[in-house]
Amino acid sequence: MNIHEYQGKQLLRDYGVAVSNGRVAFSPDEAVKAAKELGTDVIVVKAQIHAGGRGKAGGVKIAKNLDEVRAYAKELLGKTLVTHQTGPEGKEVKRLLIEEGSDIKKEYYIGLVVDRATDRVTLMGSEEGGMDIEEVAEQTPEKIFKEIIDPIVGLTGFQARRMAFNMNIPTKLVNKAAKFMLGLYQVFVEKDASIVEINPLVVTGDDDVLALDAKFNFDENALYRHKDIVELRDFDEEDPKEIEASKYDLSYISLDGNIGCMVNGAGLAMATMDTINYYGGTPANFLDVGGGATAEKVTEAFKIILSDEAVKGIFVNIFGGIMKCDVIAEGVIAAAKEVGLQVPLVVRLEGTNVDKGKALLNESGLNIIAADTMADGAQKIVELVG
Amino acid sequence: MAIYINKDTKVIVQGITGSTALFHTKQMLEYGTKIVGGVTPGKGGTEVEGVPVFNTVEEAVKATGANVSVIYVPAPFAADAILEAVDAELDMTICITEHIPVIDMIKVKRYMEGKKTRLVGPNCPGVITADECKIGIMPGYIHTKGHVGVVSRSGTLTYEATHQLSQAGIGQTTAVGIGGDPVNGTNFIDVLKEFNEDPETYAVVMIGEIGGTAEEEAAEWVKANMTKPVVGFIGGQTAPPGKRMGHAGAIISGGKGTAAEKIKAMNAAGIEVADTPSVIGETLIKVLKEKGLYEQCKTH
Repeated sequence: MNIHEYQGKQLLRDYGVAVSNGRVAFSPDEAVKAAKELGTDVIVVKAQIHAGGRGKAGGVKIAKNLDEVRAYAKELLGKTLVTHQTGPEGKEVKRLLIEEGSDIKKEYYIGLVVDRATDRVTLMGSEEGGMDIEEVAEQTPEKIFKEIIDPIVGLTGFQARRMAFNMNIPTKLVNKAAKFMLGLYQVFVEKDASIVEINPLVVTGDDDVLALDAKFNFDENALYRHKDIVELRDFDEEDPKEIEASKYDLSYISLDGNIGCMVNGAGLAMATMDTINYYGGTPANFLDVGGGATAEKVTEAFKIILSDEAVKGIFVNIFGGIMKCDVIAEGVIAAAKEVGLQVPLVVRLEGTNVDKGKALLNESGLNIIAADTMADGAQKIVELVG
Repeated sequence: MAIYINKDTKVIVQGITGSTALFHTKQMLEYGTKIVGGVTPGKGGTEVEGVPVFNTVEEAVKATGANVSVIYVPAPFAADAILEAVDAELDMTICITEHIPVIDMIKVKRYMEGKKTRLVGPNCPGVITADECKIGIMPGYIHTKGHVGVVSRSGTLTYEATHQLSQAGIGQTTAVGIGGDPVNGTNFIDVLKEFNEDPETYAVVMIGEIGGTAEEEAAEWVKANMTKPVVGFIGGQTAPPGKRMGHAGAIISGGKGTAAEKIKAMNAAGIEVADTPSVIGETLIKVLKEKGLYEQCKTH
């Protein structure tokens, strides 16, 4: 789960990590009020969307007075920002962060991630801040430093200082930078983050070390123990179909194609998408109904797939395994009847009671095309969709 | 032979009184797995499915001589269940539970350093040695005894591959589901090593997916050490970057973890990679024929 920059900064503030003063605003009036309260000469008006690259896309404005704050707020609210992370359709700006301007001397990068190769949380830092860190990693990998963190002792003082020295933070500010990193690690583990990126971390003319941006991603598996984080969820930033699916414990992801897919198991669901592509079709979604798919879940999955107007056909690919195929078939038939299916439906069933399941589909009177294998089913649906 | 588990493996079920665990305990017993006990704190002294229940893993091990456990405990308590299995010095613990927080797994991995127990999973279908011992949630009937080892990050995709092999008359030694989480116990290389040393295994099917670099590392290892043919498949070849495909570990991020990179690394290591999941069986048969192993591997 992602949160907004202003929410991330509040979280950092709660942990004593240095960030600039700022307030969220949902309207130009609120923006002006926030700017008045901050009372600084320079005010930064920042669009709040769940995507990076906002600066380049014109989502960050520097205002010199309250009239400019109002003008920029009017301009940004309701505007659709297209960045390299939003996709071509972009994202509409509905919230702004009104922040005091900082006298930036130099920009750095600090991040924490779970490193799968070492099974540890890893601190990453670079003096090449403000840039796309993936670009830095590719072009000048020697400028990225890593500290692998032992979960028993956590990030240690010497590791944080070593990182600060490696990043060429001015010597007199190394302790401030180290304190920043230690606080950042504390937030990361206590709130079950999976990624935290501070890009840029800045050193200011007043010798402060603070976060100018904050990007957080949280481990969805740990949200059950962080009600405070769950409250920060912004449904406007998420696909409505994905929100609906999550209510029924379905794993659904919207894609660009026109063949709706319903599969059990994430690996098989990915492989089904691959197979559809292989035969020249394009999947409209990834959808894993899970191992314990019930008739009710299957029905909800159908509704979600069909709520996507781009869908011109559906491919159901179930490897029954423990799930009995006749039960799945009953679910598919009930769902098809309930939602009044208007598009071709190809069903491939395999596993326990497969013959019973196929017989049920055949006798249902519905226009369901049976497939023998995954490849057979993919070819059939691609042909039908045309 | 086969690897990890066989007809003599004595298994305890952690969280045995939960509904999923009960269902699968029944299935495992029907398959012939020696389930010697179960653990649910507070339910010690009772019995389910004819299996004695204990309060702690330690007690269960003492009373039954079990050497492997399988975990069906809900996610908030599953990491603790793994620690308990490790503390009891079991040879292996197989964690079926999905959705365990990654920070918990990082601590578990640290705790396991220098300890005896092997962890398979979490978020995996389990391990099965055909006709001998089934530990997990996979359907038993799709497996047939033979000479091909299977290792995979995905559940149902493993069933798909195993089913194809069995249908084509190619039996298996052991199928190991290592799970779809970013921080897990046993990895591809651990399993490949075992298959390489197992005299009954003549060839291996390795099924990976997008995310991480485990397949690339495995390919390097295969290139340097593997004496047996390996055939592969990578799921998520058409998945867009930045979208998590169901499994917590299946995401292309920072330009890393793409299927193309994995397939390239595997091909470079002499691993033939199937274009689509439907031809995993065919691809293996082709390779077995080339290596003159087809007749030995054809079991029925």
